[in-house]
Amino acid sequence: MNTTLAQKIIARAAKRDHVTPGEVVTAQVDLAMIHDSGGPRRVEPILQELGVGLFDADKVVLISDHFVPGDTEEGAQILELTRQWAKKRQVAFHDGEGICHVVLPERGHLKPGMLVVGGDSHSTTGGAFGTYMFGIGATEMAGVLATGEIWLTVPKTILIEWRNQLSDGVTAKDMMLAICGKLGMDGGRYQAVEYCGDAIAALSMQERMTLSNMAAELGGQAGLIAPDEVTASYISNAGGDAGEWQMLKTDSGAPLMAHHAMDAAELAPQAAAPHSPANAAAVGDVEKTSIDVAYIGACTGAKYEDLKNAASILQSRSVKSGVELLVAPASKRDQQRAEKDGIMAVFEAAGAQILPNACGICAGYGTHRLGENITCISSTARNFKGRMGAASSNVWLASPFTVVASAIAGEIADPRTFLSSKERLA
Amino acid sequence: MSGRIFLFGDNIDTDQMAPGKYMRGGLEMLAAHCLEGVRADFASTVRTGDIVVAGRNFGVGSSREQAAEALIHLGIAAVIAQSFAGIFYRNATNLGLPVLVCQDISALKDGAHVTLVLDAGQLTLSETGVTVPLDPLPDNLKILLADGGLIPHLKKRFAREKNK
Ligand code: SF4
Repeated sequence: MNTTLAQKIIARAAKRDHVTPGEVVTAQVDLAMIHDSGGPRRVEPILQELGVGLFDADKVVLISDHFVPGDTEEGAQILELTRQWAKKRQVAFHDGEGICHVVLPERGHLKPGMLVVGGDSHSTTGGAFGTYMFGIGATEMAGVLATGEIWLTVPKTILIEWRNQLSDGVTAKDMMLAICGKLGMDGGRYQAVEYCGDAIAALSMQERMTLSNMAAELGGQAGLIAPDEVTASYISNAGGDAGEWQMLKTDSGAPLMAHHAMDAAELAPQAAAPHSPANAAAVGDVEKTSIDVAYIGACTGAKYEDLKNAASILQSRSVKSGVELLVAPASKRDQQRAEKDGIMAVFEAAGAQILPNACGICAGYGTHRLGENITCISSTARNFKGRMGAASSNVWLASPFTVVASAIAGEIADPRTFLSSKERLA
Repeated sequence: MSGRIFLFGDNIDTDQMAPGKYMRGGLEMLAAHCLEGVRADFASTVRTGDIVVAGRNFGVGSSREQAAEALIHLGIAAVIAQSFAGIFYRNATNLGLPVLVCQDISALKDGAHVTLVLDAGQLTLSETGVTVPLDPLPDNLKILLADGGLIPHLKKRFAREKNK
């Protein structure tokens, strides 16, 4: 029988030969990830109430990122509680090493075919590794930690195929903004979104992670990409084991809910106007909009490759006076790598402020929260009203390329103008 | 259960139900401001047993559970919508708040008095006796809701396992 990647993973986790979209099954969870905000402080009281411990401490990973660096009294308390809990419950703990969705695969925790839950809505990011990973609330997480089980409705699959290749200066983030604009924020219908096609095969793992990350903005339960050699080599470099990944794919002829074909070659850099990722349009079609803050941050847009892309434009240019460029690398490792490669030096030379490896402004925390009436262009995933600061602030979403191009121009700008002039110089 | 309908449109997000700026004030305060951005008198006029009816994609946005908690705190008996955002649907069910899909809400008018029979998946308009069909709940969710949500459900299960 021809089945989808999602069906294959869920059938195995539910100890079944076959599962059918629409049926409700109970699955065994291979891994549960929690962070400092929705984790220990919310789940421990429930575990106490139930009078039970963890189903398996080896299958729980705790990552601190939301309240890092703990520069408020509340944040410091939450971090302290998080650290105590990690000791008490004896779980793997990555403290202050970066944003959970980036740190989890970076440390080799993910393996194709796993069923994973995360206590955060962008847990869809794990789908880039061929895991069925999705976000749940704190009560449900407590239930998983107590039992190792979760119910789910077997999803249908919405296939998003990207044909041909992206042009220079256009990235995974632009693909996702374009899809959000096309399908809307409920286009994923809480089903399994799966990305495929030549353009996806050519993407690095970090770019693929951006696609899976923003399956959350599409309203999908998961954002899957079938594993391939690129996946396997990332995982072995991260010290993990990719296992038997070759069979993990959607069979041709498997029934689909929808199949959207997109042309990567025709895609232009995108920007999404406040206050929805679905307000996406080609940067060239955006009315002249001057900006106050340019933010390179979040699990979505501040991984090593995001930093590298941004720096490639910023090199030997400067940020428009009056514009503040903020850079919060998504993980400590990515920042160290960027330091070694001279990327961080480019940001520093341009006068950017480097912020901690944490959620920071994306979660509405930290000293750089957006003030009243500030216009910001951001590499993050969400621009809901008031999310990153004052309700009167306006956030535009774009790729790291476009964020930095806009910082240079002082207004929302197409990064390709800078790429081509650089080529002319060279 | 029976009560009055409070009718809402499409894309009601979790921030409308649990506004971020009141998150630190606790559940009492959140509930007092629940949905005020779309309907200023909501919290002050709902009574225990009332039902929220909405259009598409109810509960879109962040995974904060306080959105469902605020509705429960106000005594809302159920939410009926054309579709739900997935994480909200799960959170509400796990907290014991019935959430039901209704393909056609056109007969459901604001302020109308209705009776909901959860097991049968049926909503009846008191005035006319007209019945509006709802999508049936999967069996496991019926059990979860009958137990009052995930935590009471698990308590029961652990107690059973202990007594075996
Ligand atoms: S960086 Fe933003 S999107 Fe990513 S986990 Fe943190 S708050 Fe969520």
